[in-house]
Amino acid sequence: MTAGVTAGKTPSAARLRKQSWYQQPRYRRLFAMVITAVVMAQVTGVQGARNDLFYALEENFTGTGIWIWLGIFLAIWAVREFLHGWLRGFVDRFKELAAAPSDAAARKDPPPSGVPGLVRRAADGSRAVRGLFRTHRGYQLGGMAALLGLLILLPLMVSTFWQQVMVDQIGMFLLIAIGLNVVVGWAGMLDLGFIAFFAIGAYSAAFWTGGLPVEPPVELNNFLVIPVAVLTCLIAGVLLGAPTLRLRGDYLAIVTLGFHEIVYLTAKNWTEFTGGTRGASSDRFSIDLGFWSYEWGLDPAPYYWLQLAFIVGVLFLFLRLEHSRVGRAWTAIREDEVAAASTGVDTVRFKLLAFAIGASTSGIAGVIYASKLGFINSEMFLVLLSVLALSYVVFGGMGSIPGVLLGTAILVWLPEYLRDSVDPQDRYMYLGGLLVVMMIYRPQGLWPSRRRQRELRMSQEGTGAADALGAQPGGAQA
Amino acid sequence: MSTDLEKDARPGAGDGAADGPTPLLELRDLHVYYGAIGALKGVSLTVPEGQVVALLGANGAGKSTTLKAASGMLQPRSGEVLLRGERVDGIKSHELVRFGIGHVPEGRRVFARMTVLENLKMGAYRLRRPDPADLERVFTLFPRLADRRKQVAGTLSGGEQQMLAIGRALMGKPELLLLDEPSMGLAPLIVQQIFEILKEINEQGTTLLLVEQNASQALQLADYGYVLETGAVVMSDRAPALLSDPRVRAAYLGEAVE
Ligand SMILES: Nc1ncnc2c1ncn2[C@@H]1O[C@H](COP(=O)(O)OP(=O)(O)OP(=O)(O)O)[C@@H](O)[C@H]1O
Ligand SMILES: [Mg+2]
Repeated sequence: MTAGVTAGKTPSAARLRKQSWYQQPRYRRLFAMVITAVVMAQVTGVQGARNDLFYALEENFTGTGIWIWLGIFLAIWAVREFLHGWLRGFVDRFKELAAAPSDAAARKDPPPSGVPGLVRRAADGSRAVRGLFRTHRGYQLGGMAALLGLLILLPLMVSTFWQQVMVDQIGMFLLIAIGLNVVVGWAGMLDLGFIAFFAIGAYSAAFWTGGLPVEPPVELNNFLVIPVAVLTCLIAGVLLGAPTLRLRGDYLAIVTLGFHEIVYLTAKNWTEFTGGTRGASSDRFSIDLGFWSYEWGLDPAPYYWLQLAFIVGVLFLFLRLEHSRVGRAWTAIREDEVAAASTGVDTVRFKLLAFAIGASTSGIAGVIYASKLGFINSEMFLVLLSVLALSYVVFGGMGSIPGVLLGTAILVWLPEYLRDSVDPQDRYMYLGGLLVVMMIYRPQGLWPSRRRQRELRMSQEGTGAADALGAQPGGAQA
Repeated sequence: MSTDLEKDARPGAGDGAADGPTPLLELRDLHVYYGAIGALKGVSLTVPEGQVVALLGANGAGKSTTLKAASGMLQPRSGEVLLRGERVDGIKSHELVRFGIGHVPEGRRVFARMTVLENLKMGAYRLRRPDPADLERVFTLFPRLADRRKQVAGTLSGGEQQMLAIGRALMGKPELLLLDEPSMGLAPLIVQQIFEILKEINEQGTTLLLVEQNASQALQLADYGYVLETGAVVMSDRAPALLSDPRVRAAYLGEAVE
């Protein structure tokens, strides 16, 4: 058979060959830059008007904004296209200087003078500092203490509006995300109904402080409600978990979603008990020790400190969990349930445990929330919140506590920040855009745990499931 | 108990292996179903302490099913699994690990995205704290693993993964090791190595129940062998006898029947 005969049938290799962005013709990248500039001009420009459909387009493309954006992106294009080689060389040289032998003391040759010497000394310095933090517990603790100090002083530096945001939103969701991370990030179970436990916690607070239409057997102080709510959520978590543990991935997600909807509709429609959409009240936090008493009032700052204490306490407990036997069991379950069982891990028990721990953390957040607002109604516990909570965890980096904290803080802060700069109606659109971009370019999250990063990389190379949440073969085996 | 066995005319419950004291593992008339389909139709076999027992059979004969039933991963519909004369069927596999049964499942199933060392430590999960002596032992048996202790298990070669799977099971200090086709997909030289190591493990005091396609290697290592066909034991004898049996030679050693 001659080459000519087959050529007619086989597609051209040149057309099928995947080309990287920088192997493609230059004009395509220019085109992309222009599009980006146009989008940016529209996004940052004036808002639309109700009665004139094209008002915003006209305004934005006749003003100066479009030219500024075009200038910026064309400049980026020009630099990448024409000065790339030169920049590369510069960066390489810099890296070469910085990447010296790891222990500076062992190096005989003295650092050169001038700029190269400065670079090398700076690199040595930063390496030394990083080394100190990595190896010396004292420095680690010191760093954490400094961070904690900063966090304690933070409310004194911001406006009341931001204080409210920090307590009602960021702090609350941080606690929720920490709990959800146990279920999703560590045990690898996709939970889309996490806010249901938050609701249970909140209604527990209302019930036990006498705020619901029905009378509790005894009225409790809000602080005492916390253990009760934890217990309630533990039971609810086990009740939900026990029949669903054989499920994984998508199936479990649907079941938890359904659970949330049941809790939500119960809160909404069982008005004789919950007050429904009209709501119910809850006491606020107070301490009465006889000789000293304090009552949390309308000022958000004291709540902030209380919340901070809870978060630090929960973190203290959970950080130990991660590297304990329990944490290793969860990792093994995430990886391969059958193999985990064959090494002696009680998979059912540990999955239940993750569910229960997560649920009770969410419950604590619910109690704090209700006690802060002094009022709750069913509309505060929409299913949307469960989805948002999950996206915070994924955005920050499943399984990584610092990532989850950072991701949640940023994503909760962003819509509030955007309140002033874009049409408030559109705020969540930007959040959505950020999530889309993030998941495409950085699926491991902002600050991923090293293990998750490795798992993701390896699944791209064909080892293991794409993520811990996907249905795994053998997941439902005995 | 031994009278029980003698009454049983089934070939699997024969003499040879079942002599003397209570065997370490005994399967009695196991019936296992997948839904309505019967995979094991009355399998009985005996694994005496300290010995190597080989389980041979064509694809789909029920060898893996037998091992899964022995390690608690499957519950038999009827029949008994006895460990030192005590019934253990109905015990979950993660609990059975604590009774000293280690299972190296078919297809290795190492934790692909953990490192070699993490895999080995997981193997010692039931002991709370890995025994350094065990780690030392695994690394002496498999020097290749020692060189690669930081490597992610999924990136190991097939043979290395098999070594890791065996090593991981050893970390749990098993008295009885169930091995499902340890030679699957490996080059002849590596198969040779694995079998030598299995021999060493056995000499160090671990009893082995070995499922193999590589009948000649398995029977050379084993003391006793069973042949499984469509869910039932059709032949059982001392390993050398099986090795010279013309039917076995024809079916499993690829020799032409004259
Ligand atoms: N989970 C399952 N569901 C349904 N049928 C199954 C299942 N697992 C095994 N079987 C069937 O049971 C029979 C025995 O399977 P088993 O895996 O024990 O065979 P095997 O002897 O280990 O074969 P091989 O040498 O190919 O590994 C086969 O017919 C198989 O199709
Ligand atoms: Mg098999």
